Amino acid sequence: MRVETPQAKTLVLDVPDWPGHLPGQHVDVRLTAEDGYQSERSYSIASAPGTADLELTVERIDDGEVSPWLTEEAQPGDQFELRGPVGGYFVWDATLEGPVLLVAGGSGLVPLMAILRHHENTGSSADLRLLLSARALEDVLYRSELERFRDVVHLTLTREQPPPEWNGWSRRIDADMLRDVGPGADQHPHVYVCGPTPFVEEAARLLVELGHLPAAVHTERFGPSGG
Amino acid sequence: MPPISRGFRGRRQTEVDPSRLPPGQYATNDFPVLSAGPTPHTSLDEWSFTVGGAVGDAKSWTWEEFVAMPSEVVTRDIHCVTKWSKLDTTWTGVSVETLLDGLETSAEFVTAWCDGGYTTNLPLADVVDGKGWVAYEYAGEPLDPEHGGPARLLVPHLYFWKSAKWVRGINLAEQDEPGFWESYGYHNYGDPWKEQRYWSD
Repeated sequence: MRVETPQAKTLVLDVPDWPGHLPGQHVDVRLTAEDGYQSERSYSIASAPGTADLELTVERIDDGEVSPWLTEEAQPGDQFELRGPVGGYFVWDATLEGPVLLVAGGSGLVPLMAILRHHENTGSSADLRLLLSARALEDVLYRSELERFRDVVHLTLTREQPPPEWNGWSRRIDADMLRDVGPGADQHPHVYVCGPTPFVEEAARLLVELGHLPAAVHTERFGPSGG
Repeated sequence: MPPISRGFRGRRQTEVDPSRLPPGQYATNDFPVLSAGPTPHTSLDEWSFTVGGAVGDAKSWTWEEFVAMPSEVVTRDIHCVTKWSKLDTTWTGVSVETLLDGLETSAEFVTAWCDGGYTTNLPLADVVDGKGWVAYEYAGEPLDPEHGGPARLLVPHLYFWKSAKWVRGINLAEQDEPGFWESYGYHNYGDPWKEQRYWSD
């Protein structure tokens, strides 16, 4: 297990007979109590396809049921059921042609990180850019790893200034920011937006306003009852 | 036997009658949003609803005509494939039965189509006979765009992706054709009580 932020941990899982996945897909996690009581939630896969272990990054939802156990209780060697991979739409395939724009709000970065990692692992020449919105630097997942991608990662923090070494802003996402990050609608990028519902609604609305085809804008939302 | 997740007890929902929750579901008081793409915003002037496909003459209504039709207020539990259920949700809409009134068809399937390109397929028998509506109010208020407004299909006995948001019409068909999520790994029928989430269920 790796601590990512005060609220989030990455669980490294050894899954017997894992069939493989595409970047952007998720899994269903089912926990079982000693008396047989069960609870299930879905979590995005953070690791790229083809890597040895399956990694899930889980943000703790304080009044949640599954995420507190995964982030606070689980220890190396513990077991739970996993189903997947699930979801065939919010995925990027390295054989897809054309540029890629990833737009993440908070822990919505998780499935997009799988895409970023896969893009690197496959040596894809697709023009890929990531815009990440977070509250503060300490809330940014995979911070040290993202530093390696600094030329394609743009960071906006809503509650503080980003450090000077980042391409960054200190405000909520807006049309000017998306225009600066690019690629523009005229280059027909595949766009993936993931985050809390209000963030995704706003980002998707701005992207359509900027001329991106609604069909090219893939969205995945984390509702308030996730966890 | 599934493996025991050491130390897991869960937060059991004592206030919810367990017989109302299908397997694998939990009750929420929120109304989470799930959509594959941007929320379309169609003005009511441009909105219409069409019943077409394997029927003699297609029928179509403007927004004013649609909301002037006999409507029903129904209270139902809804179940999303992402595990949340919401109990006792109240909707106002026109029953699909009313929309099909007077049409002759030998079709056994319908595909609902929507602004934004979304589609979903259902057996005709699952949207008539008090099982399906085109709803335009939620809890007595106009339906929010992010929840499918101006109007969405409401088929509460199936997983909620079948209750297509931003619905603009239904096509009747002799042959069953998988819709959007049904083509991306989700179950063709989607009965929550049989936990028909994915293709392999």
